[in-house]
This record gives sequence, structure tokens and C-alpha cells, in this order.
Amino acid sequence: MQTDIRMMPGRRSYVEEPADPQQTRNRILQATAMAIVLAYPFLDLFFGWQALLAFIPMMLMITLALGLNIVVGYAGLLDLGYAAFYAIGAYAAAFFTSPNSPLASVLPGSPFAWMQDFWVAMIMAVLVAGCAGALLGAPTLRLRGDYLALVTLGFGEIVPRLVKNLEPWTKGVKGMNPIGRPYLFGCQFGVDPCEILGMKLKLGMIPYYYLTLVVGAISIFAIIRLRNSRLGRAWAAIRDDEIAAQGMGINPVTTKLWAFSLGASFSGATGAIFGAYLQTISPDQFEYSTSVIVLCMVILGGTGNIWGVMLGGLLIQSFDRIFAERLTGWIHKAGALTGDPTITAAFNSFDLLKSRLLVFGLCLVLIMNLRPQGILPNRKRRETALTDLPEDDVAPDEAVMIAGAGASTEKSR
Amino acid sequence: MLTFEYFLQQLVTGLANGMLITLVAIGYTLVYGIVEMINFAHGDVFMLGAFSSVTTLQALGAQAVKRVANKDQPPIPETYLWLVIALITSMVFCATLNVLIERLAYRRLRRGSRMAPLISAIGVSFILQNFGIYWKGVSPVNFPRYIPQIDLVKAFGIDSFVRVTTKDVFVFVVTVPLVIALTLFIQRTKLGKAMRATAQDRDAAQLMGIDINRTIALTFLLGGALAGAAGLVSGLYNNTAGFQMGFSYGLNSFTAAVLGGIGNLNGAMLGGVFIGILAAMSDGYLDARWTPVVIFGTLNLVLIIRPSGILGQDLAERA
Repeated sequence: MQTDIRMMPGRRSYVEEPADPQQTRNRILQATAMAIVLAYPFLDLFFGWQALLAFIPMMLMITLALGLNIVVGYAGLLDLGYAAFYAIGAYAAAFFTSPNSPLASVLPGSPFAWMQDFWVAMIMAVLVAGCAGALLGAPTLRLRGDYLALVTLGFGEIVPRLVKNLEPWTKGVKGMNPIGRPYLFGCQFGVDPCEILGMKLKLGMIPYYYLTLVVGAISIFAIIRLRNSRLGRAWAAIRDDEIAAQGMGINPVTTKLWAFSLGASFSGATGAIFGAYLQTISPDQFEYSTSVIVLCMVILGGTGNIWGVMLGGLLIQSFDRIFAERLTGWIHKAGALTGDPTITAAFNSFDLLKSRLLVFGLCLVLIMNLRPQGILPNRKRRETALTDLPEDDVAPDEAVMIAGAGASTEKSR
Repeated sequence: MLTFEYFLQQLVTGLANGMLITLVAIGYTLVYGIVEMINFAHGDVFMLGAFSSVTTLQALGAQAVKRVANKDQPPIPETYLWLVIALITSMVFCATLNVLIERLAYRRLRRGSRMAPLISAIGVSFILQNFGIYWKGVSPVNFPRYIPQIDLVKAFGIDSFVRVTTKDVFVFVVTVPLVIALTLFIQRTKLGKAMRATAQDRDAAQLMGIDINRTIALTFLLGGALAGAAGLVSGLYNNTAGFQMGFSYGLNSFTAAVLGGIGNLNGAMLGGVFIGILAAMSDGYLDARWTPVVIFGTLNLVLIIRPSGILGQDLAERA
């Protein structure tokens, strides 16, 4: 397959290509975007946008979506209970670091006291979530796609309920708080004033912004490397044709298990940071709707394409955390401007935040029906996975046509 | 004998709830049998059915049951008429809604992978839930008591802790005939035959001159109608309706359908009654807050151990 050659790591073109103006422009664009992202907290302070607190959870959710993309996009497994792993990660970190956790009475003074450190707890959260993914995956990954989706849904329902019900350990619906904070140079995140090298600084939530940025960047890097690795190519093969992949010596169960486990471990890190950022976690943060919103982010942008997922995440999250509220505010103001009491009342009754489910639902239905590959489709798999025709439904002529279409697009590029 | 009577009491509640679950489960199983998709939005259609019933009944001016001296009085005769009208409205409303959903959100995806209609259905489910929020708000609304709760065991002069009320009987009076009618429809009529043929082999059925689109629409229509009936009955039985009831009831019903063997009508009934009783027992002997864990645990266990269900054929083979 031609696609495999392009996916090979370390591929270099044999001919030195002349500088392409398009490419230069892209480079400049990328550099500018990077600079804006890096400088954002200060721009935010300077211009008084006050969106920093919205951006941190936004970026965390996007990281979460990137993790889910491994499962849904790369391995082609529908996971409807992803929030469960996120919950497991968040609670694992809270267990180690929160003074209210049952471990808080055991750990200090014991040889395991070092586990109460945030960074250690975060790594533990990654491991615990990854193990949970493997534990759920092991008995279920033999199941067919839609049944697997249901098992994950069931799991996603069970976990928050267990958290709610096992009150002595998890504090039930009240949730766990406070949670240990990350720190650097002896300075705890989100605690002001902060003393570094004898200087007193007021940083607010800015350190969290950079922490999420770093974790996001590491995730992106790791995911790209994973995608191009032997394992990543095995995922693509399984997703596109499980039987053929098996014929080539790929073990579908272990391959899928890795996808499940690695996908879950990304949510573990995100959960740990989210918990520390909010300083409190409760079971209702991890319910079915969270799973679906993350899925929505993956599908809207483009399943299997990192940049697509990030775009989808950005769109959904900025709607959810910034625009829904502000648009509602603007509409209320517009209503007040008319001066007419009935119009004002009508405009005031409008609340986009009440239409969140509608927006997410419409998003899923429209994408599936009109552009199943998402806004930014993955070039390598235009006709596979979520959008593909199952083998047995394709007439031989059709199959040839599809293969032909794939080949012609390859050539034209 | 108190413990045994307590058990019997839970059994009665479980059976009544099981019949409701059966009605919804049939909708899942019919659709799965024919188009092999999990219609995630089905539970939410049921929820809107409950909402439409309460709206209809209130619009008709039906009067809630009066209590005199701590005893429910029999309703005035008009109430029966209003209930029948509400039942029909709810069934028609949900059937239309379900057919519309199929036409708009699923039909185009029929030939694609299994995942596409599933994701679309999740989207529809969210949309319907949001309509539910627009309609009745976020918190559950009170469904007035139109059916009196008169203990029949005492009425027959037997002194027992167990109560079988008119409400329980009402559930059976509505659900059992509907299930029988549906079974007869599928087994005896020409349209039913077309449905069975489509379920077996869509392409072959089409070659035999069966209009596939119409047959599938009919399946959604029947499923929707049953969900509408279940919506009314559940509202009357539980006296509450909220926008999230579709999700929880839907998952219970879906578990029932899978447990019985999805795609199998008898399986849906068996599973429905089983899940109803299981839920009642868990409510009674564990705690209501553990019931969802028990139900979802059952769902996962069934899917892992025997995905084809009790009465189903081995679906894994067909994958």
C-alpha cells in the first residue's frame, strides 16, 4: 500500500526540494500561532480579555480528546465511557494528594510518603488509568464494534455511580477537596504570592496554563510518534481490515488493548491536572455527557487527524465555555436596547447554555450525515473506519471503484 | 412470613416495571432486528411520550384522583376517555417522531459502517433531551395521579402486607394487549411478513418486491408507538417525568433487549420482566442507589459472557 510508505518514520525526499513559497508562508503562520499561544496569558492580562480561566480547561479537554482519538480515530473502536478513565485518573491523583483521602492517614510517615507529591501522583494517575483501560479492554475487546460501545457505556455509567456510592473512600457526591497542587522551584501553582529566587510574583493561574500547554505538547508529540510507530500502523491496519491485518501477523486483541490502555492513560494525566486546577472533583463531572462531548470533539474536527481533533475541540469548547455565555449576554443586551418590555423579556428568556445538548447533538447528527470524515479529514483514510463500507456490503465493482478513487487521489497529490 | 411477603411485594412492583421496560425494549429489538443498529434515541422518544401525555391530559382538563379519608376515590367516568385519548395521542406522536428520526438521521447511513448510525443516534438522543428541557424544564415534573391506588388484595378481604393496587393492574391492562397485538401483527399480517423478511436478508427481500424503506419506517413506527404507550403508562405509574428518564429507562430496556437476545421479540419480553424484577429486588434488598450499578453490571456481564443473549442466535458469528 502506498499509504504505508508515507507513514514510514523518518522518510526523507531524495531530491532537495526548492523552497516553496506556500511552505514558507505556512512556517510563518505556524511560528506566529506558536508565539501567540506562548504569550497568551500576558496578552490576556494586557488586553483584559479574562479568558485565561476558560482556556485552561479548554486545553485540558482537547488533550482528553486527543487521547480518545487514539481509541476512536486510530484503532476505530467506539468508546462511550471515556470519562470513566478520566475519573479514574482524577481520583487516583486525589487519593494520593488530598488530605481528605483515606490514604492521607496512612501515607505520611510511611515509606511511601513520597507518593503524596503531585508529580508522582500524576504519573500514578497515568498508570492507574492505563491499567484500568487494559482491565476493561481485556475481556471486552473481542466484541464487535457496537457491543464494545455498549460495554464502554456501561462502564462509564458504573464508575461515577461507584464513586457516588462508596462514600467512605470517595466522599460521595460532595467530592474530594482540596487536592495537592503541582509545584515548581518550591512554588505551588495557583497560590499567590509566589517566591522564586527571592522574587515575589503574583502569577495567578498562569502556571497552570503552561503546565497544560506542556502536557498538551508532550501528548501531541507522543501521539504523532505512536501513530507512525509499528503499533500505530497496526492500529490503522486493524481499523481498515481486521481480517487482512490478522493475516499479516498482527494480533488484533493486543493491538486494540494497547490503544485502549494508551488512550486511557492520556486521560489519567488530564484528570490529575484538572483535579489540581479545580481543587475539587466530584462524580458528576465524569458522567455520560462528558464522554459524549469529548467524542463530539473528536468527530467534529476529523476522526483520526490530530489537527482536526484539536480544531473540533477548540470549536466545541470555545462554544461551551466562552461563546454560549457571551452570545447569550449580547442577545440579552440587544433585547434591552430595543426598550420594548415584551421584546426584552423574549430576548432575556433566550439562553444558549440551555441548548448545549441540542448543539452537541446536532453536531453529531450533521457531521455523520453530511461529512462523516469531519471538518479536517484524515488524508490517509478517506474511505475507512467510521465512513467505510463494510466488506460484505461492497459489490466487487464498487470495491474496485473505491480502490481506484483512492489511488487517483493519491496520484493527484 | 414478613420477609416472603416483602419479596412478593417487590415481585409485583418488578413485574409492573418489567412490563414497561418490555414495551421500550421491543422498540430497541425491532429496530436492531431489521437495521442492526442500536437506536440510542429510543429511550428519549419514550421520555417525550411521557411529556406529551402529561401535556395532553392537562390540556383535556383531566382531574387527578381525589383522596377522601386517606382512600383514593374512583375517577369520574370522563377520565377513562381522557386516558384513552392521551394514550392514542402519545402513541401517534412518538410513532411520527420515530419515523421522522429514521428518515432524517439514520436512512442515509444505512449502508455505512455500524458506527455511523450509532453516533448519529447518540446525537439525536441529545437533541431530544434538549427538547425535553425546553418543554418541561430541567427538574422532573410531577405527573398527576389519574389512576387511583386502591389495594385489591384488601378489597378481596385478604389481610396481607402485600399490596396489588389498581395501578399495577392498569400497567398490565395496557401493556399486555399491546404486546400481543404486536406479536400477532408481525406473525400474521403481510406487513409483518415483510418485516421478518427484511430482517432476515434485506437484499433478498428487496428482490422479492418488498419496499425496504417503507418496511423500515414501519418498524420505527411500531417501536415509537409502543414507546409512546410506555411513556404514558410509566408517567401514570411512577407519577413523575423528567428529561433524563429516557436515558435511564432506555438503558434498562436496552439491557433487557440484549439479555433476552437482541432482535428477538420473545427475548425482549423475557429480558424486560427479568430486568424489572432484578431492579425491584435490588431496590428492596440492596439500596436504590446501587440499582444502576447492578443493571449496568448485568449488561456488561451479559455482553462479555454471552453477547447473543438468552434466546438470541449467535450474533458474533454474523459480524
